[in-house]
Amino acid sequence: MLELRDVRVEFDGYRALDGVDLTVPEGELRFLIGPNGAGKTTLIDVITGLTRPVAGSVRFAGHDLVGRKEHRIVRLGVGRTFQTSVVFEELTVLENLDLAAGFRSPLWTLARRRRGVSEAVAEALARTGLEELAERSAGVLSHGQRQWLEIGMLLAQRPRLLLLDEPVAGMSGDERERTGRLLTEIAADHTVIVVEHDMEFLRRHASTVTVLHEGKVLVEGSVEQVSADPRVQEVYLGRRPSDAAVGERT
Amino acid sequence: MRDLIRRNLPFAAVAVVALVAAPLLLEPFRLGLLAKYLCYAIVALGIGLAWGKGGMLTLGQGVFFGLGGYAMAMYLKLTEAGPGGLPDFMVWSGVEELPALWAPFASPVLALGMAVLGPMALAVVLGTLVFRQRVRGAYFAILTQALAAALVILLVGQQGLTGGTNGMTNFFELFGRDLAEDSTQRGLYLVTAGVLGVLYLATRQLVNSRFGRLLVAVRDGEDRVRFLGYDPALVKTVTFAISAGMAGLAGALFVPVVGIISPALLGVVPSLELVVAVAVGGRHALAGAVLGAVVMGYAKTAFSEQFADGWLYLQGALFILVMTLAPKGIAGLLGRVRRARTA
Repeated sequence: MLELRDVRVEFDGYRALDGVDLTVPEGELRFLIGPNGAGKTTLIDVITGLTRPVAGSVRFAGHDLVGRKEHRIVRLGVGRTFQTSVVFEELTVLENLDLAAGFRSPLWTLARRRRGVSEAVAEALARTGLEELAERSAGVLSHGQRQWLEIGMLLAQRPRLLLLDEPVAGMSGDERERTGRLLTEIAADHTVIVVEHDMEFLRRHASTVTVLHEGKVLVEGSVEQVSADPRVQEVYLGRRPSDAAVGERT
Repeated sequence: MRDLIRRNLPFAAVAVVALVAAPLLLEPFRLGLLAKYLCYAIVALGIGLAWGKGGMLTLGQGVFFGLGGYAMAMYLKLTEAGPGGLPDFMVWSGVEELPALWAPFASPVLALGMAVLGPMALAVVLGTLVFRQRVRGAYFAILTQALAAALVILLVGQQGLTGGTNGMTNFFELFGRDLAEDSTQRGLYLVTAGVLGVLYLATRQLVNSRFGRLLVAVRDGEDRVRFLGYDPALVKTVTFAISAGMAGLAGALFVPVVGIISPALLGVVPSLELVVAVAVGGRHALAGAVLGAVVMGYAKTAFSEQFADGWLYLQGALFILVMTLAPKGIAGLLGRVRRARTA
């Protein structure tokens, strides 16, 4: 479904991605981890058209994505969220979702007022559990609710591939738990890629994990395989496992 | 239904005052001034849409206003000169043959069409170039201002084609009616007020539509909108073109109402004055934009009659005062009072 081949990205000579290969089959829930600066967000940016790679190819469902405009990639069925959630604070929760759902309608049809709630919007409201807040302005939502609204906005677009950039960052334990359940539910009928730092969250909800390090894929496998891998421990702890005891003393 | 009536009550009240009371109570000179303010209010409405709702700070609305005004003025000059005749200023500049550019403006339909569609076309070209390149914020503002300055230079430089610094004046009749007559001026006032009312309702409808929601979303998070699958450049270009069309129409009304169009009326300073008026009235509400233009227009006349040089300082002081104390302008203050009363 999604296939990246030898993707390279450079920022002023700095190699953010240095030959990444990544294949995500349809229906998979894939976690993308790695230390700061590993290139996780850059990878998402490349898939969604925000950053243009200097080399390599990105193919999604038979389409070449490199060089396409962002909104055209979205129309192919690729949706994303950002690390810092952006919901439109002056609009209500319902209007935010309605805006997201209407993206395929031609501009002139938007000149009318919204009447009622479309099926896609109602479904997104139900899935994210925001029904009671539908008429409230998005500006009053808590951090967790904003993230759910963002995920809801994606769902209302009925995308084929969802890219979520650190959806549980800054969330409380309860909110994490609820987001995890939401993710599992979404993954049942979507292909999802999640960038996440939190190892605990990963252990609970992840199946397949790809570890990025210095712009390259370091390891790929199940959570157990990956967390047992000495190379992963090294990049995460910044030292060899054998040094760990020494490190702890200082 | 009751909700609909209540929501439209303020508009209906203002419409009655504007269309019935004002023509009865005001002497012709004052009514003419009010008509002038209403022309500015139409431009302000467009600024309110583009800037207040769409976040596009346009400092060159005078360009579109001017294009509309010149289109109308060319028509008026040509009807006066009669078939085969030349407008007075061309004779003075030694032009012997009517320039080809002028020919279409002999037709009132074409002239009025150009007054609205010309500015819109320019806005589409400009918007397509600028918004696609993701030029926004202060850069967009400076660009529009430069455009206003450039148009003035162009108009002044083409003496034989445009009347140069003096622009065009001495209009005597419109559609066969004497412009000096009070009844003609009253009619023009009513047309201007009517146009403003219709445009206000249409713009309000647009703002409340899903397109309006999209526009606000583009203002607050252009990049996010892009990742929702919309093209923000298109949304902004359409909005900018609508606001340009309004300014063009306002210019076309302004010329018979006031009786002159010249580069001084559409350059950087008048463009900025209108933006200040919208800020004072309250850019977040369309009614605020309209109110600001009328209030500031009236204040300008009143103060200029008393102290000729003081107005500019007062205007600057008022702008700073509003920006620091009431960033949402008069409309914001009124809204606060109303909320306090219902609470």
